Amino acid sequence: MEPVAVVGVGMTAMRRERRKDGYADLVYEAVCLALEDAGMTIDQVDNVVTVSNDFFDGRTISSMAIQDACGSYDKNVSTVEGDGTFGAFYGLMRILSGSFGTTLVCAHHKGSESEMALITNAMFDPIYERFLGVEAITSSALQARAYMDKYGVTEEDCALVSVKNHGNAFRNPVAQLPLELTVEEVMASPYVAEPLKVLDCCPISDGASAVILASAERAAKITDKPVWVRGVAHCCDAYHLGDRDLSDVRALQYAARKAYSMAGISDPRQEIDLVELYDAFTYMELMWLEGLGFCDPGDGGKLTASGATALDGKIPVNPSGGCLSGHPVLVAGLNRIIECVLQLRGDAGERQVDGVRAAVAHGVNGPCGQSHCVWVLGGER
Amino acid sequence: MEDWRKDQEIVVMEGRIKVPYRWAAGEVGTRYLQALRDEMRFLGTRCPGCGIVYHPPRRNCPDCERECGEWVELGERGTLLTYTVVRRHHPQLSPLPLPFGYGIVRLEGADTGFLHLLYEFQEGELRAGLPVEAVFAQEREGSVLDVRYFRPVREVG
Repeated sequence: MEPVAVVGVGMTAMRRERRKDGYADLVYEAVCLALEDAGMTIDQVDNVVTVSNDFFDGRTISSMAIQDACGSYDKNVSTVEGDGTFGAFYGLMRILSGSFGTTLVCAHHKGSESEMALITNAMFDPIYERFLGVEAITSSALQARAYMDKYGVTEEDCALVSVKNHGNAFRNPVAQLPLELTVEEVMASPYVAEPLKVLDCCPISDGASAVILASAERAAKITDKPVWVRGVAHCCDAYHLGDRDLSDVRALQYAARKAYSMAGISDPRQEIDLVELYDAFTYMELMWLEGLGFCDPGDGGKLTASGATALDGKIPVNPSGGCLSGHPVLVAGLNRIIECVLQLRGDAGERQVDGVRAAVAHGVNGPCGQSHCVWVLGGER
Repeated sequence: MEDWRKDQEIVVMEGRIKVPYRWAAGEVGTRYLQALRDEMRFLGTRCPGCGIVYHPPRRNCPDCERECGEWVELGERGTLLTYTVVRRHHPQLSPLPLPFGYGIVRLEGADTGFLHLLYEFQEGELRAGLPVEAVFAQEREGSVLDVRYFRPVREVG
């Protein structure tokens, strides 16, 4: 792959409700932050990819409503309806096509403006599944149970993720939900859908983010701290939950293998220094760690209990606080990429991990991690 | 200049999007739903390539992309593959009073799982591998809710 770099990043603060900002205001803020970070002006942006969802925004062709806010006039624009990691993937492809030297990718979400359960219910098939009332939490509970049954993972194992990630959020000024928790407190939080308790679930959030990607030639003119895309891949699995073994992470394993291979990584456990993954629920961090190859299947709990994934561990996971500490849907994947970029540049402030040379960012789309996108980012090409 | 922002109460417009849809179940879905409605029977389709019996039935095999032409009658009992007990009621979504559950059930004769409701179970009774059976509605209209829910099989006598 031709080298492409992330040259600018911007994140708004994630909050439960940002009533002072309409979603275009959030996009504007994120885009300005990314341009400022890159030291660019909007006329240096060759094309724009926006990431939005019509159901969440409550309007059709929702992407068109935020083009004013991201400075798209006179530019080629396109849209991804899906997680930000997939939006960035498309932005990357547009540079690789040779048609554009830079891409601005921005994503927004205001969970405060609609009803999360009703909207996530609407991702299910209207003939066979939607009338059952299943939505993001209840469907994920089915996956959590399948995973925990298969490997003997306990609710306490999952609770460790909540304790760690909410704790990490204290060092991240944009995080929504820093919490000082104990495993006992997580275990004592009420069940929403067994085995998932309130403190196993991500919050509802408002927020926006933007990243600017550039070809090597353009990156050289923009920044002296480019972060390079060393490998990236995504892979999809079955839509109907009953068609999948929900405890299986084959789509993630496939995407990870492909991304590692592109990046020339043969052993992620030795060669990756930091991971930002899509922990919408605590059990997901364990499952995705296994799928990404950082431990054997079923060992995510043990790895977490060993302290290896803590901020000062061998392989810090979600130093940002993860989705558990702020989950604007769609934006969340871009935030995983952005945290990796900040860590690789040494710009992660109080939560900076020493010596990060290669980092993995991960996003998901669809119910129960139907598809996965894996990015390997590095300070060197 | 910043003063105008101070103590400003933000205007919030409330709305409700209510758009009628008519989702066609297609030929395969229609035959399936009619069998549920008229005969209280579950039907699946078999892939001629990999032999997988899909339930609900599929027109094409998502694995090998062949057309699944063969219809297979399935049992109304099956095995619970995974489950959750719902503890938080949602006024617009929850179709049954708490505690109800969701489960993925593999019916006798099928290779794939079927997402549906669980009810009439004892506290702590649900587990993977549990035999469950369909409870049909008296009044059936040709939807998956013609099956009210699945419950643990109770052998009588």
